Amino acid sequence: MSMKILTVDDSRTMRDMLRLALSSAGFDVVQAVDGLDGLDVLDRENPELVITDINMPKMDGFGFIEGARKIDRFRVVPILVLTTESDPDKKMRAKKAGATGWIVKPFDPVKLVDVIRRVAA
Amino acid sequence: MDPMQAIKDTFFQECEEQLGELETGLLAMQEGSADNETVNAVFRAVHSIKGGAGAFKLDRLVKFAHVFETTLDKIRNGALAPADAVMKTMLRAADVLADLVTVSREGGTFDDPHSNELIAELNAHCDEKAPPREAPAEDDSDGNPFAALGWEPVTLALEPDINEYVIVFKPKPELYAKGNETTRLMRELSRLGSLTVRCEIADVPLLANFEPEHSYLSWRATLRSVQDIAAVRAVFEFVDDDCHLDIEPVDPGAPEAEAPQETAAEVAPEASEEPKAVEETKAAAPTPREVAKQEAGGSGNATQNTIRVDLDRVDRLINLVGELVINQAMLTQRVLEAGAVKNASIATGLDDLEHLTREIQESVMAIRAQPVRPLFQRMSRIVREIADVTGKNVRLKTEGEGAEVDRTVIERLADPLTHMIRNAVDHGLERPDARIAAGKPAQGEVRLSAAHKSGRVVIEIADDGRGIDRPKVKAIAIKKGLIAPDAQLTDSEIDNLLFMPGFSTAETVSNISGRGVGMDVVKRSIQALGGRIAITSKLGQGSTFSLSLPLTLAVLDGMVVRVADQTLVVPLNSILETMKPKPGEVYGLGPDTQVMGIRGGFIPLIDVGYALGFRSHRADPMTGVTLLIETEGGVRSALMVDAIQDQRQVVIKSLESNYGHVEGIAAATILGDGRIALILDTDAIVHSSSGRNSPSDMLLAG
Repeated sequence: MSMKILTVDDSRTMRDMLRLALSSAGFDVVQAVDGLDGLDVLDRENPELVITDINMPKMDGFGFIEGARKIDRFRVVPILVLTTESDPDKKMRAKKAGATGWIVKPFDPVKLVDVIRRVAA
Repeated sequence: MDPMQAIKDTFFQECEEQLGELETGLLAMQEGSADNETVNAVFRAVHSIKGGAGAFKLDRLVKFAHVFETTLDKIRNGALAPADAVMKTMLRAADVLADLVTVSREGGTFDDPHSNELIAELNAHCDEKAPPREAPAEDDSDGNPFAALGWEPVTLALEPDINEYVIVFKPKPELYAKGNETTRLMRELSRLGSLTVRCEIADVPLLANFEPEHSYLSWRATLRSVQDIAAVRAVFEFVDDDCHLDIEPVDPGAPEAEAPQETAAEVAPEASEEPKAVEETKAAAPTPREVAKQEAGGSGNATQNTIRVDLDRVDRLINLVGELVINQAMLTQRVLEAGAVKNASIATGLDDLEHLTREIQESVMAIRAQPVRPLFQRMSRIVREIADVTGKNVRLKTEGEGAEVDRTVIERLADPLTHMIRNAVDHGLERPDARIAAGKPAQGEVRLSAAHKSGRVVIEIADDGRGIDRPKVKAIAIKKGLIAPDAQLTDSEIDNLLFMPGFSTAETVSNISGRGVGMDVVKRSIQALGGRIAITSKLGQGSTFSLSLPLTLAVLDGMVVRVADQTLVVPLNSILETMKPKPGEVYGLGPDTQVMGIRGGFIPLIDVGYALGFRSHRADPMTGVTLLIETEGGVRSALMVDAIQDQRQVVIKSLESNYGHVEGIAAATILGDGRIALILDTDAIVHSSSGRNSPSDMLLAG
């Protein structure tokens, strides 16, 4: 069975791109539109890896990661942050919230898949 | 379609939405009515556009969005106050951003100096000491994404000076809690060179004392690599708070510190099962998970649930529901004819069916409905641009943006609305000095509102300007030969002269509203949508244009009439009044032309049955009823029919796909009794009859 990845991003464009990049690499993709939705989908779909944006309405990426880490079965699931932000403070905050890694947009689909394989293998 | 192209289309679609949000948010900020979430939404809009633009290598867009975003970030952080001057720059920047999006999508030229000027302005608003960060598109796009992850590029060339490091790594429980794993880190290390890893298990207690949440294992790794120590540290960049880490370069001359110990198990990175085992124990440990769920997932229902559906599918559904409505009407009529109404349960059943059908119809129509908000948002930009060009001080106030109308109506409303907004600012409002002289505030107001009224949506464009100067309008109309010099017109008739083709009140045709399209074109587009337009005006207090539009284009209010044993439907919105001609009111002008005298004027009388070829000669006008209609360009005609039967809503069925275009017929519908009735195209009938009647000349003369 292919690995299930949750992507959390408020931008439809980004969601479409991630879906294309990940599903063509053979991953199973589920998506959420903001942090709150992300927690909901997380609970329902049990993904094995999560990629989240930071700037989102309703609940941002920090809130989402913190929320996810509070759910017992997601405490050790890799959560990658994918964002245009390259601010070190934000990176720090994501790290504190429990993020596994940080990728800066725009992403190269091939490299993204490579990173995912390395993190999740 | 190429999947990337499809995503690009989505991106541009999304850009439109983001630009809309951006503008609404900025306007709210300008008015001082913005909360934190609004400011965040504004920031996010620009941020998202930048993100997507980066993915498609739209560098100019990225560059501009980046500077814009940086300034917005200052406002968001409170480092820059959203003063009036700042907000004006922001709004103009939003316009430039919109232009850049358009140019990126459609190609074409872009006013670079203008955007550079705004970039400079935005930068000036930022702290001079803190120039904007480099756009990430430039530093990260083709760079190494692992660097961002804390991983360095792999260089495999074995160069002579190989460094050796001893890395002692002891994870804290938090490291595992963030989804990191020793295996992964060791594998990354192994990419830097040749690696030997040993797992220290001395700290693992007896099972009785074993604490599942604790981290007992540590690792000691020896790395031989060409990389410097910074590269080795970078592997642990993201976890260095969550572990005890000790990286020591080994002096090449020193003896190997790698003596096997009894408590150490040597493991290759790929085979390090230990940490996994620990994790599994942790995962199995029963801990309360409901807390997190309540906190985190509890409000999950608040998320927006939307799906995107092809318009074709919706239209098919609408069409089918149209059939259902007709079918229901037919069923009811047949039951009535069969005399079964006395049976109460059948009557109740039919009533229920009718209600349900109507509800289904309304719900389906609602799928195509969209709020007018995006349309209204576009108008605020139009107002800004004209205010700039004309030197007027204008404020656009919008109301009822949530009102929903059929998508097609919204699309086709954009042009007429733009034109009317331009008119309102250019012709309606006075210059600031004139306003002050008239005792009004220097800032003029244009109010754009939408509201639902009895099954239609009414859109009003009101200005508080000088109002229509009726004597002047009349003088122009006389001068242009649009009306007779001695014509007696009511105020409302004078106001309606504005809709006559070729009418323009501006003495100097400005390049704003005088673009060759007059209000007659506006009126025609509104009528083509099944709408009506009306003006009210008070001298010195302003004018109001009011558009009344159908909520949908799939149904139509029609008057059912009989002509030569045929049943026809005339769109109600084109009918001004109905009347029965009296003897002496109809005059023949030559063999083929008849006119009817109404209130001192003459209008052409068209026998619909004759015009459509249902009968070979004209009927006696005294036996019929005339419908006074107004067609494009304000031309009035009288359509003669035999009898009026009913007034009802009909479902429009297109004929063109099966029969091609039939002159004088717009579409068809199916009536309750199952018969097909044609819907008249009044414009076409008047037009085709005018060859014989030349009605417009007569009207102008009248």
